[in-house]
Amino acid sequence: MDQTTWSYIFVSVTFSLYIGIAIWSRAGSTEDFYVAGHDVHPVINGMATAADWMSAASFLSMAGLIAFLGYGGSVYLMGWTGGYVLLALLLAPFLREFGKFTVPDFVGDRYYSSFARVVAVICALMISFTYIAGQMKGVGVAFSGFLGIPFEAGILIGMVIVFFYAVLGGMKGITYTQVAQYCVLIFAYTVPAIFISIIITNNPVPQLGFISDVKGTDIAMLDKLNTVVTDLGFREYTSTNKSMFDVFCITAALMFGTAGLPHVIIRFFTVKSAKAARVSAGWALVFIAVLYTTAPAVGAFARLNFIDTVNEAVYITDTEDYDTRAAEIMAQGNKPVPEWYKSWEKTGLLDFEDKNEDGIMQYRGPDAPDGIANEVNPNRDIFVLANPEIAQLPGWVIGLVVAGGLAAALSTAAGLLMVIASAVSHDLCRRTLFPEMNDKTELRVARLSAAGAVVCAGLLGLFASKLGFVAQVVAFAFGLAAASLFPIIFLGIFWKRMNKEGAISAMLFGLISTLSYIIYFKFLGGTQSGWWFGVSPEGIGFLFMWGAMIIGVCVSLATPVPPQSVQNLVEKIRVPGANQT
Amino acid sequence: MGSKIDQKAYWAATKRLTIMLLTIWFLVSFGAGILFRGFLDQFSLGGAPLGFWFAQNGSIYVFVCLIFYYCWAMNRIEKKFGIKG
Repeated sequence: MDQTTWSYIFVSVTFSLYIGIAIWSRAGSTEDFYVAGHDVHPVINGMATAADWMSAASFLSMAGLIAFLGYGGSVYLMGWTGGYVLLALLLAPFLREFGKFTVPDFVGDRYYSSFARVVAVICALMISFTYIAGQMKGVGVAFSGFLGIPFEAGILIGMVIVFFYAVLGGMKGITYTQVAQYCVLIFAYTVPAIFISIIITNNPVPQLGFISDVKGTDIAMLDKLNTVVTDLGFREYTSTNKSMFDVFCITAALMFGTAGLPHVIIRFFTVKSAKAARVSAGWALVFIAVLYTTAPAVGAFARLNFIDTVNEAVYITDTEDYDTRAAEIMAQGNKPVPEWYKSWEKTGLLDFEDKNEDGIMQYRGPDAPDGIANEVNPNRDIFVLANPEIAQLPGWVIGLVVAGGLAAALSTAAGLLMVIASAVSHDLCRRTLFPEMNDKTELRVARLSAAGAVVCAGLLGLFASKLGFVAQVVAFAFGLAAASLFPIIFLGIFWKRMNKEGAISAMLFGLISTLSYIIYFKFLGGTQSGWWFGVSPEGIGFLFMWGAMIIGVCVSLATPVPPQSVQNLVEKIRVPGANQT
Repeated sequence: MGSKIDQKAYWAATKRLTIMLLTIWFLVSFGAGILFRGFLDQFSLGGAPLGFWFAQNGSIYVFVCLIFYYCWAMNRIEKKFGIKG
């Protein structure tokens, strides 16, 4: 059977599985719908959180990003895992002890203000919509790239699937589908990684291969990679062109942003107690670390292997028969362009332009010592996608990777949909506009808003792909979470004196400053020389987070002490079990 | 639930633990991976410069250990103060 058939089989099997789980785990009440009845096992929730967290970008793009950025890619590795330490120590157990359904719920009650609640809803919606657009685009790319289904139709199929289990099952349905999706995606990621690690270092564990010698030599893999890339005129793999301060700020913005992302936080409302929330955060990070410690190895291996097989290879055009021409080239003692390259060339993810017209593919960096211009331009997603073929694995593994990429995109999209739906139905409708609404109506409204959010997300996915701005706005989601939501949740737990005036001004400052900085430097033509303290828009959320904290504290001190009932609430959530009857 | 004094002491113990663990968190990521990377890179772990390895792999392992240690230590604190959790 060929690859496409395998891809169809894996995608249909996994999709039927997700739908089956959705039917089995239908939500009967608002508790079920928003927080899966507060009754999910910590390990199960950890696994669901991992799937929720690891998006299409983690699965498809991150290893390739690291392959190109080398040390510079570390910001993503540390940033997207270190945030869980903050979450476990500073937020998750206390928010679970608080015991409601959403992040704006906490903000509204802790700061005794509907206005604060509405501002928090706006932050949550902005973060979630920017994020979900990228996921839907990922779904479209996976369908159009592998299954030959048009981009728009791919998004439509993705929408129908998510619609089914999010609207029907709510958080309960999403939790169990995310567990299934984690299994699919982690299997799809690690199998090719193990094989490529064996090929390059003879060590089956990629994390160990990363620090081993190249097979059959006594040269360390990373040393070899450094030599190879510098010979071609690239920067050393273990170095970066970013300033230390910028690396520091980006890492911190991603960490605090991770801790402040509503779709991650709400997963910890689904477990039984504060104690379970702590353990669950630990398990979530274990499951995430499996992929995140494999990714740098995959990135390094892929870069080495790419240079090894593609650079200085003799190109074979589409009009020639690959096998006969390849045999000819090898007989002359040269290396032909690898077969996987030819099969991926059609997707447009690889590009070769024979500038010096010698029929040989020269891959060079900006400072090539031999002065030859670069002729090969690989897309960074290619490294994960083509890995199975590079490692000469059977066709079914490729089908698995397709299913894995879709699982990663859909699981994240579903988690974000829950944030959007609950922000609208619970925080806006029930808690702000129509407090007399009963549970049954709220459940209906929640389903309706989830349905509406699916449609909006699909349209955004289409729109975003036309403009191509998804990658740029993702930085914004993290910066915004770090600067607007993290400070007020953190201070709300750890500083009793924080009042509503302080919280509202901190949130508004974080929201507006981060938004303006990113829009100015990403869309209105701001240049690098104008960056404040040399900090890129990706990292600015960290500085504005401190700004928001300082403003929040100063404004709170200048305005009245919060009411006694709120201070008692803070005392209560600090002590687990105090809220239980 | 314990008395008012118990609660204060419990919260102080929790904060002490949190600060200690966050210091380690900072040292392995921002410290070893970024600020002191130049110094650590003169050592090597299987061919990987140590600072680089911390930034790409090592810090993540420590993060996992930190959270599980926190769970264990919090259980101990809760037991000591008679909180059922």
